[in-house]
Amino acid sequence: MDLILPSSGLIFWQLFAFLALLFILKKFAWKPMLAAIEERETSINNALKAAETARNEMANLKAENEKLLADARLERDIILKKAQDASVKMIDDAKNEAIKAGALMIENAKAVIETEKRAALAEVKTQVATLSLEVTEKLLRKNLSDDKSQKDLVDGFIKELKLN
Amino acid sequence: MTRKFLSLSILLSAFLLSFSSMSLAAGADSEEGGEDPTSFIMHHIKDSHEWHFFNVGHTHVTLPLPVIVYSGDRGLEFFNSKDFQNPDTHKFGEEYAHEGYFIDSHDHMGRVDNASFTDLSITKNVAMMLLVIVIVLTLTLSAAGHYKKHGAVAPKGAAAIVEPIVIFVRDEIAHSAIGPKYKKFVPYLLTLFFFIWIGNLVGLMPGAANLTGNIAVTATLAVLTFIIVNVNGNKDYWKHVFMTPGVPIPLLLVIVPVEIIGLFTKPFALMVRLFVAITAGHIVILAFIALVFIFQSYTIGVVSTLMVTFINLIELLVATIQAYVFTLFTAMYIGSAVAEHDHDEAH
Repeated sequence: MDLILPSSGLIFWQLFAFLALLFILKKFAWKPMLAAIEERETSINNALKAAETARNEMANLKAENEKLLADARLERDIILKKAQDASVKMIDDAKNEAIKAGALMIENAKAVIETEKRAALAEVKTQVATLSLEVTEKLLRKNLSDDKSQKDLVDGFIKELKLN
Repeated sequence: MTRKFLSLSILLSAFLLSFSSMSLAAGADSEEGGEDPTSFIMHHIKDSHEWHFFNVGHTHVTLPLPVIVYSGDRGLEFFNSKDFQNPDTHKFGEEYAHEGYFIDSHDHMGRVDNASFTDLSITKNVAMMLLVIVIVLTLTLSAAGHYKKHGAVAPKGAAAIVEPIVIFVRDEIAHSAIGPKYKKFVPYLLTLFFFIWIGNLVGLMPGAANLTGNIAVTATLAVLTFIIVNVNGNKDYWKHVFMTPGVPIPLLLVIVPVEIIGLFTKPFALMVRLFVAITAGHIVILAFIALVFIFQSYTIGVVSTLMVTFINLIELLVATIQAYVFTLFTAMYIGSAVAEHDHDEAH
């Protein structure tokens, strides 16, 4: 029966000591400990969140970088293409110019040649005329006494020839 | 599982106790100074005015404890428990009265002139309670000191032991059983857990007192829980007791008394559960030890020692489980008192 009858002294001490323990622990142990644990939990959560944000930012940065790189590549391609076009155009222009210049030169040359040819031909004709005159003179000296009349006649013929 | 073990251990201890008294009745054990196993066990389980550790030959190694008495006519008085007993056998008795008081052979204080008084002695259990409090204080204050010194960093040393328990009590007991208003009750639940747990563990040490297996201790804790639960009871809680919703008025005549009784059975169950669990464990261990003295045989000695070791291991588990259960039920009762719910949901 003793076993299940609480004794007043023990109840008194238990109540007193337990309440004292409760107040001491509440003030000096549980409060700082719970506060520290909570603070640490918050800081861990914050750190995790910060890491998440940093990771997202990194991903954004990377995407941005890639976009920049792609843009740069595109621009380079455009510039290269422009340059290529320009060079092709320049080559074409130069070619055309050269062809034109060539053609002009050929034309000029042809004209000169023509003139030269004509001059030469005229000379040749004169020469031929002179020669033929000389030949004729030589031939006619024997036949024609009047040298002067003979020559006028030939000149008349030559002028007629030139008009053609 | 615990309940099963408890009933088993009570059965076993009852069996062993009856068995041992039978063998005593047969006069098998007469040379042990007449101390029969039942009183040997009860002596270890019950409170006492002196702390008896062990005997060396015929010398009792004890710690005399202060006897404090308060009476209306004589005020507060202090004595030494040594003055109330036989100096050789250390037995208390009415014949060793001192200054008008005596401690009888059942370790109860009495007054020669039969006037009323209150016994406030530092008994074995009070001394052990102070020891437990010192251990709890040392453990938790040094843990708290870690945070004070290093701030909110990873726990180390005592903090590494205390912190997981603190977090467990806060999250798994307080938060899950009480709900959003749990923060206010965490210090009480933590103190309760640590006091019971360390008390249970120290109680398993040889020579220690059966502190948490004492009905006065468990009753005090249960009363504190009862007060905290009912002081914090909100409108819903009291409405549930006195005007149980969804119950027809005539039935309230039956339900309300039941609900009122229920207010008291909850802490009563807390009180009895812890008391029985710890006391039964002690009885089983002591019964196995008593077997050695009854049979005085090597075989029994070896088997008993093995069994005692095994049960001690289980008791380690029970020590923690009972501390957990007491704290959890306290949290659940508080939870039912502070919960705000509509009465359509199931209770």
